[in-house]
Amino acid sequence: MFDKNTFTANTQLKISPFFDITSKINESQEWKRWGGYLSATKYELNHENEYFSIRTKAGLLDISPLYKYIIEGPDAQYFLNRLVTRNINLCKQDQVMYTPWCDEDGKQIDDGTVQRLDKEKFRLTSAEPNLEWLHHNGNNLNIEISDETESTAALALQGPNSLKILNKISSKSLDSLKFFWLTKTKLGDFPVTISRTGYTGDLGYEIWLSPDHALQIWKLLLNAGKDYGITPTGLNALDIARVEASLILLDVDYISSRHALVDNRKSSPYELGLGWAVKLNDQNNFIGKKALMKEYSNKAKWKFVGIEIEWDTFEKHFRTIGLPPALPSTAWRNSTPIYFGNIQVGYATSGCWSPILKRYIALAHLESEYAEIGTKLNFEIKVEHYRKLTTARVVQTPFFNPERKRSCPA
Amino acid sequence: MPRVDNYDAIIIGGGHNGLTAAAYLSKAGKKVLVLERRYILGGAAVTEEVFPGFKFSVCSYVVSLMKANVIRELMLPKFGLELLPLESTFTPLDNNYLLRTSDADETYREIYRHSPKDAESYMRFGPLMSQIGMAVRPILETIAPNAIRPSLSDLNSINKLIKHFKTLDSEQFEYLAKLMTMSSADFLDEWFECDYLKSTMSASGIIGTFMGPRSPGSAYVMLHHYMGDIDGAFRAWGFQKGGTGAISMAIARSAEHFGADILTEAPVKKVKVKNGKAVGVVLNNGDEYNAHKIISGLDPKLSFLHLLDEKDLPSDFITSIKNFRIRGSSGKVNLALNGLPDFTCLPGKGHHLHGAISISPSMDYLEKAYDDAKYGNFSESPYMDIIIPSLLDPDMAPPGKHVMSCFVQYAPYNINGGWDDNKREAFGDAVIKALARFAPNIEDIIIHRQVLTPADLEETFGLTEGNIFHGELSLQQLFVLRPAAKWANYKTPIRNYYQCGSGTHPGGGITGSPGEMAAKKILSDW
Repeated sequence: MFDKNTFTANTQLKISPFFDITSKINESQEWKRWGGYLSATKYELNHENEYFSIRTKAGLLDISPLYKYIIEGPDAQYFLNRLVTRNINLCKQDQVMYTPWCDEDGKQIDDGTVQRLDKEKFRLTSAEPNLEWLHHNGNNLNIEISDETESTAALALQGPNSLKILNKISSKSLDSLKFFWLTKTKLGDFPVTISRTGYTGDLGYEIWLSPDHALQIWKLLLNAGKDYGITPTGLNALDIARVEASLILLDVDYISSRHALVDNRKSSPYELGLGWAVKLNDQNNFIGKKALMKEYSNKAKWKFVGIEIEWDTFEKHFRTIGLPPALPSTAWRNSTPIYFGNIQVGYATSGCWSPILKRYIALAHLESEYAEIGTKLNFEIKVEHYRKLTTARVVQTPFFNPERKRSCPA
Repeated sequence: MPRVDNYDAIIIGGGHNGLTAAAYLSKAGKKVLVLERRYILGGAAVTEEVFPGFKFSVCSYVVSLMKANVIRELMLPKFGLELLPLESTFTPLDNNYLLRTSDADETYREIYRHSPKDAESYMRFGPLMSQIGMAVRPILETIAPNAIRPSLSDLNSINKLIKHFKTLDSEQFEYLAKLMTMSSADFLDEWFECDYLKSTMSASGIIGTFMGPRSPGSAYVMLHHYMGDIDGAFRAWGFQKGGTGAISMAIARSAEHFGADILTEAPVKKVKVKNGKAVGVVLNNGDEYNAHKIISGLDPKLSFLHLLDEKDLPSDFITSIKNFRIRGSSGKVNLALNGLPDFTCLPGKGHHLHGAISISPSMDYLEKAYDDAKYGNFSESPYMDIIIPSLLDPDMAPPGKHVMSCFVQYAPYNINGGWDDNKREAFGDAVIKALARFAPNIEDIIIHRQVLTPADLEETFGLTEGNIFHGELSLQQLFVLRPAAKWANYKTPIRNYYQCGSGTHPGGGITGSPGEMAAKKILSDW
């Protein structure tokens, strides 16, 4: 008989350092591609339990496929200030900053985090490969840029119990680790860097480690977390959590300006709800600043907002034909038209039924004049193969924003 | 000197429906006071640390029908509502087991193991029940009209319902009629052959009801439990993080957010009636509070026969309330455990422990359990609906330990010779014995056991006769007849005195629905 314990997949995709374990515990054997890696869609037959572990216990995610770069040298701070839209002078050692970066036209290339590991050493994470862009802009500077995507593995432990679990095995307590700060510690005997960051909008941590220790650290965490509801969690659950947290995703909610075929496809940080991360007043002179200063004074044409698809009219569409309302069970990411009256004024790029809020929510690009909170819009749905319009409203984001996300001690 | 305070509305009882009504009235700008007898809010939806470190949903333990619009309108997620799915049902048998999960393929394969025919029938049964559920939902969501002397708005809702029923096709209508009248056993016999599949499914038709699975009318109770409305889809059961008390606390925080005052340890002695109008309440300690509207979240027996004087009520109404069936049929055993039960038929700590565990090995087993109760004894081998909350929410117990909630039926309120300490322990022993038949290690892992008889449920939670639904969900006391003809629209024969508990339409369970609809009715009358 077929032995589940010796099962190994035959694939030409890249294999994460955790694959030896994750491939065996994945009951659904459903995988997605993430940066050329095999990445679990879900571990159980249904992702629901994994989603709820993020919100009520602790979900453990293999995020190794994330692109990671180390920038080191006397000019590292200068270089990053030139690269990203935030003021890296303010990023203290052990601090983390979320930031977009742009081309000379102020159009966004990618977004990620900058971790200040040391005075002259930073880690930059990104959704797409950026090595060439980094080299291109780091010419003649006294820095060294290295791609550590494969040489550093990473896990995310997200959810209200994540702190308790980590404290059980960390050589130092993480109680005082603040939101968007990091610390170097050991899990068991293995040195790791832990940042209080994540992609779920909940209390959570990301663990940066050597691939050589990946399997031991996974086991250590599972064991420490078994009485705290730790649950291996896949991308389906993460995708719902990130929509609830209103965190954008490259290639879903926007296209990198370096890959956009036409100008219309490019977006500025202002058009992506990231205006807060563009520091025009500081001394830094980042790529795209001039264009963004101009855009700031002219006001952006588009806004990126949260909308709620209102239940009553949505349900009525289905009730009319005798069906229960068909809610998406996973987050969707196909562009969906949004109208003001009958005129299209934008489109939603990702959305989901929020199991915790009991609301149907989506992230949308709207022409700025229709993006005020409370604006009543029409959202396109399909009811038994026929297109219908149903009411939606612009609402405050993040949709889900628990205090524990940033409170300290958590 | 006792104090007198004035409010727009006073809610008697801080159960989840009373709190829901309070939140809606406060949201509409009314000055509301909630008075709760116990030290803790929630009524039957309450989480208590009965044993140090172990949190129990002492009484009500799962959620299936909490209305999504209530969740949204009262912003409950912001105040701590977190409903986790509870999606498997595990029926241990002596040499086998039946495990149904939320995955259709897995469940098909599992039922196929027992009966290939049933596996296919099961795939058709769920959607049919959903359709019937949809057909019934408008009734649940309508304020029950006064069908005897209808007002204009009553006629309006009657019209709407007639229109709705005209849209049902003949198959839906047939099944609806069957569900309204048949026993769950007979109804399921039309669909399935596997005895323990039927007995487990029929069990939801007897919960909280003094009926056996072969009693006519039990099919409706089964349907009532099928109408779980989680995420807009018709779904099974859910579990609230922190226990059912956390639902009540979320509603209470919402009510307070909208401005309600809530007092605990404030038992109401009487409703003050002047010239046929309710004007206030008197507490046990003599404090008085006056208000324009007095709303009782208690069951109909307490609301009318206890809080009012008989002389204030019409005699036919008193007769109806006295005849209102509220027979307690169940008990609750809560266990603090040192480990997990190990079932002989399916050893280990797998997924099967994460959902409901149903002790319902055969239809005869359930019916015999009822037979015992019919003649005034607790079931020697009782039906049980068990969950292990600490597996879904580890914060319910210390690390590595567990809590187990056993809903046990039958335990008649009117037991031969009356309930006493010895009988309570004997009942507890019978429960453990019935469990040990399938999980022999249970006796070794119990750290603490809390046994609640119907008499205890009455005393602790103010549930008359220990009936968890404030009155049985039988046809003669549903919709326009709940709790009495002419008075199903949350009003009472006393002006400005309203009811909002599970004893009103649409009945029991953690739904928020009676509280919501009562508040909406009161606001429309204001």
